[in-house]
Parts: sequence; structure tokens; C-alpha cells
Amino acid sequence: MSPLLSVQCINASYGEAQVLRDVSLDVAAGEVVTLVGRNGAGKTTLLRCLMGLHRPTAGTVTLDGADITGLPAHRRARRGLGLVPDDRGIFASLSVEENLRLPPGISDSAWSMDRVYESFPVLKERRKFPGTKLSGGEQQMLAIARVLRMGARLLLCDEPTEGLSPVLVRQIGDILRDVKAAGVTVLLVEQNVRFASTVADRHYLLAQGRVAQTLDNTEVKEREHELLEYLGI
Amino acid sequence: MTDLLQHAFNGLVNGSFYALLALGLAVIFGMLGVVNFAHGAFYMLGAFGAFILLNEAGVNFWVALLVVPLALGAVGMALERLLVRRLVALDPLYNFLLTFGLTLILQDLLRMKYGSQPQPYPQPAGLRGTVDLGLFDFPAYQVFVLVFSVLVSVGAWLLLARTRVGMIIRAATERPELTRAMGIDVGRWISPVFGFGIALAALSGVLAAPMRAVSPLMGADLIILVFAVVVIGGLGSIFGSVAAGFLIGMLQALGNVYVPGLATTSVFILMAVVLLWRPAGLFGREETAV
Repeated sequence: MSPLLSVQCINASYGEAQVLRDVSLDVAAGEVVTLVGRNGAGKTTLLRCLMGLHRPTAGTVTLDGADITGLPAHRRARRGLGLVPDDRGIFASLSVEENLRLPPGISDSAWSMDRVYESFPVLKERRKFPGTKLSGGEQQMLAIARVLRMGARLLLCDEPTEGLSPVLVRQIGDILRDVKAAGVTVLLVEQNVRFASTVADRHYLLAQGRVAQTLDNTEVKEREHELLEYLGI
Repeated sequence: MTDLLQHAFNGLVNGSFYALLALGLAVIFGMLGVVNFAHGAFYMLGAFGAFILLNEAGVNFWVALLVVPLALGAVGMALERLLVRRLVALDPLYNFLLTFGLTLILQDLLRMKYGSQPQPYPQPAGLRGTVDLGLFDFPAYQVFVLVFSVLVSVGAWLLLARTRVGMIIRAATERPELTRAMGIDVGRWISPVFGFGIALAALSGVLAAPMRAVSPLMGADLIILVFAVVVIGGLGSIFGSVAAGFLIGMLQALGNVYVPGLATTSVFILMAVVLLWRPAGLFGREETAV
């Protein structure tokens, strides 16, 4: 079976600085895959290239067998890519409910507002609040709930646990496992390898803009110390 | 006391023009990041549109009030597609220069045909004379301008705050890139928003025709002040620009009575003070550090 997402030899740069070099990776439908790497390894740039927010200098991105390399961001979203950006991307001028209603439902698998509120009761309580009046954890939930409501098939999650307390990190872990159980595929950028090994099936280690290694969960557990040292945590 | 109220009321009427013009500028700036210097020229074209329709075709004020903003709004959309769009990716200064140049061309074209002498435009039938406001009599047309401007401002606010289109515009104003990642074709809304802003400028021009003389330079005198209004209200803040418009109209009218020499200068002094005190303007949102 062909993978849901296939990235072939992506190169990207900001001005003169090349950030990604020949990055290739595959994500199968239903998988949770993480991108691990130091700050500046190119993880966020890769997600931006996948979403269509940054133009790669070379390479192709294929979603469900179709080449989407040249598509603008909004058409990629309508094909099922859902971005949860590193700063959570909550609109301050929109209420919580408006943040949820902003993306159009793109498929039958789009969550209804009722389903969102059932899964995230705290968002229902705060639905009239401006989006940025939520706590960090609540904003993260809102960012994830928003792309689920759109009906995204592949979540591009950029460090969802960054800056959250251990309790909230566990909660985000539960949410991601639920998301996976609901059949949604996730590509997760994560520095916290211990957290990553509890939610993901496979891991790509990104170093200096290249895929350095691919690891499975057992390898991550065995080499946790080495990885943590490498990541500088 | 009655005198004071009357001046304040007069100020609110002048403020109506500031509010409508500032609203259009703020919407355009928010969505496109373009400082539209030609806004004053479209205000002037609005007034001339009404004037020409009346003199060449006998079209009355009420029809002009509907037709002229629609027509100039369409011109605005074409302008966005043909010229403004091409410069948006460059430094904002390029669009500032484009709209400034356009202003000079439009002013001179009308000056060639009509000269720079102010032209009179009659008050519409039914709005001549005065109305009794209890404390004082006030010209009926001025009362109409104030009420109409408040209604248009409230309508624009409802559109932005309560409709899906408004939600998209707010989101795209705040973070255009992220809005696209949410599956929304932001580019599709840019022309209509630009056209809408221009239509508001044209609308205030038509409203101004019976009150102020119609002349090619009428917009140039006004636009600098409206820029100050937008800055005081908070760049890109819809509510702020409208509130600041009415507020400054009133301050200016009162200033005219009590410190005649400083009336116009006072607006810029106010602007400097507001910027020192609240750099994002009275109603602006502080940018969060990325």
C-alpha cells in the first residue's frame, strides 16, 4: 500500500542558508510518526513546506498518491492536511468558538461542534472567550480540536507539549492517542523523546537538515540517554 | 452650554466623514497592509461622481448615494487586481508611492476639466432647512449625515463581528498565512475588501457634496487628518478608527471655538501623545512578540 504522505528529496532554504537537504520520509495512513531533532535542525521548516507555507527549492510532496508540491496552503488544507503550529496559532480577534468554526468542514470525517465540545469540555465552557485568553494547555487543545473539526486526515503537530506541565503533557498524549484511534494520521515534531515514544510508532531523527536516522520505539527507549544528550536536553 | 452642545454636534457631523474614511483605510490596511494614499482622491471622486451625474444626467442625490459608491468600489477592485496586487510583495513604500501618484493624476484630470474652483451641489429635496433638536435648531442635512454615518459604521461593525465573511476578514487581518493553512483562500477576499474600503470613501464623498463644495483638492486636504485619525484609533482597528473619527471631529470643533489657532495642529499633538502613551493606538492591540 502506498503511504498517505510521501516526501521525496525536499530541499529548502531561507535566503542563502539551506535548511533542508534531500529530506525524504513516508507516513502511512493511521501512523503516528515523530520528527526529532535539535533546535534549528529544520523540523518546523519541513512542516511549513508540507503545509505549503514555504516553497521548497527542490523535491516533491505526495499526499494519497497525488503530487501536491505546487498547491497553495488552502488547497492542501482542503485535501486533509491540518496544521497545529508551534505557537498554537490561535486567533486573538476570534472567540474560541469562532476559532473552531473558521476552517470549513472538508469531509464527512469532520468533527461536529458537539463532538468537539464533548471531547474538550473546557472549550465549551470557554467558547465565548477570546482565543488567546485561554491557558497554554487549553490553547493547544483548541489548536488540535480546530483541525479535527475541519476533518483533517493528517495532523502536522509542531511541538504540542512545549512549555506544558507534566499533567498537561500526559493529557496531550491521551488526546493524540485518541486522535490516532479515530483513524487520523499524525506527523509530530517533538524534542521530548520520552513523550514521543509513548505516542508514536516510528521516529525520524533530523540533523543539520537531513534525515540522520529512523528509529522505532525500542531503539528510542534503548538509546534514550544518548538521544537526550544529542538533543541537548 | 447650548452653544457648546451645538459645536460638539457640529464636530460629530465632521467626525462622520473622518469615521467613514478612517474605517475604509483601516479595513484596507488591516487586510492588505497597504497605506492607501488614494483614499482622499476616491472621496473627491465620490463627490464629483454625484456632481457629474446631477449635471450631465439629472440623476438626483439619492440615486448617486447608491450608484457612485458601487461604481467606485468596482473601480477599486480593478485597481487592486491590476496594480496594487503586483506591489504587495515588495516594500509597503511601493504601494504608498503608487497610490500617491494616482492621487496626483486623478486630481489633475479633474482640474483640467473643472478647474480648481469649488463647485456647488444643491442639498437634496426634503433635507433643506433645519430640524428642532430640542436645545437648538440644526440643519436637517447635517443631522442626516450624522445618523447615516452612524448606521453605516454600525452596519460595518455587524458585518465584521457577526458574519462568516467578517470572521474570515478578522482572521486574515491578524494572521494571513495561518488563515490560508485553515483552508481559506485569503486571496479571494482581498479585492472585495479593497473595493469595500474604496466604496466607503466614495460614499463619504457623495455625502460631502451637498455640505462642502466639490473641488479636485477636497480630498487632499482631508486625507492627512484621516491618517492621524487611523493612527490614533489604532492601525487596523475597525472600532478604533470609527470611534477616533467621531472623537476627533468633536475635539476639533471645540478646539476651533476655544483655541482657534490650534484646531488642526491639536489633532497631531493628540496623535503624538497617544503614540507615546499607547504605541498601538487607543484601541489597537499590542503585537505579541513572535
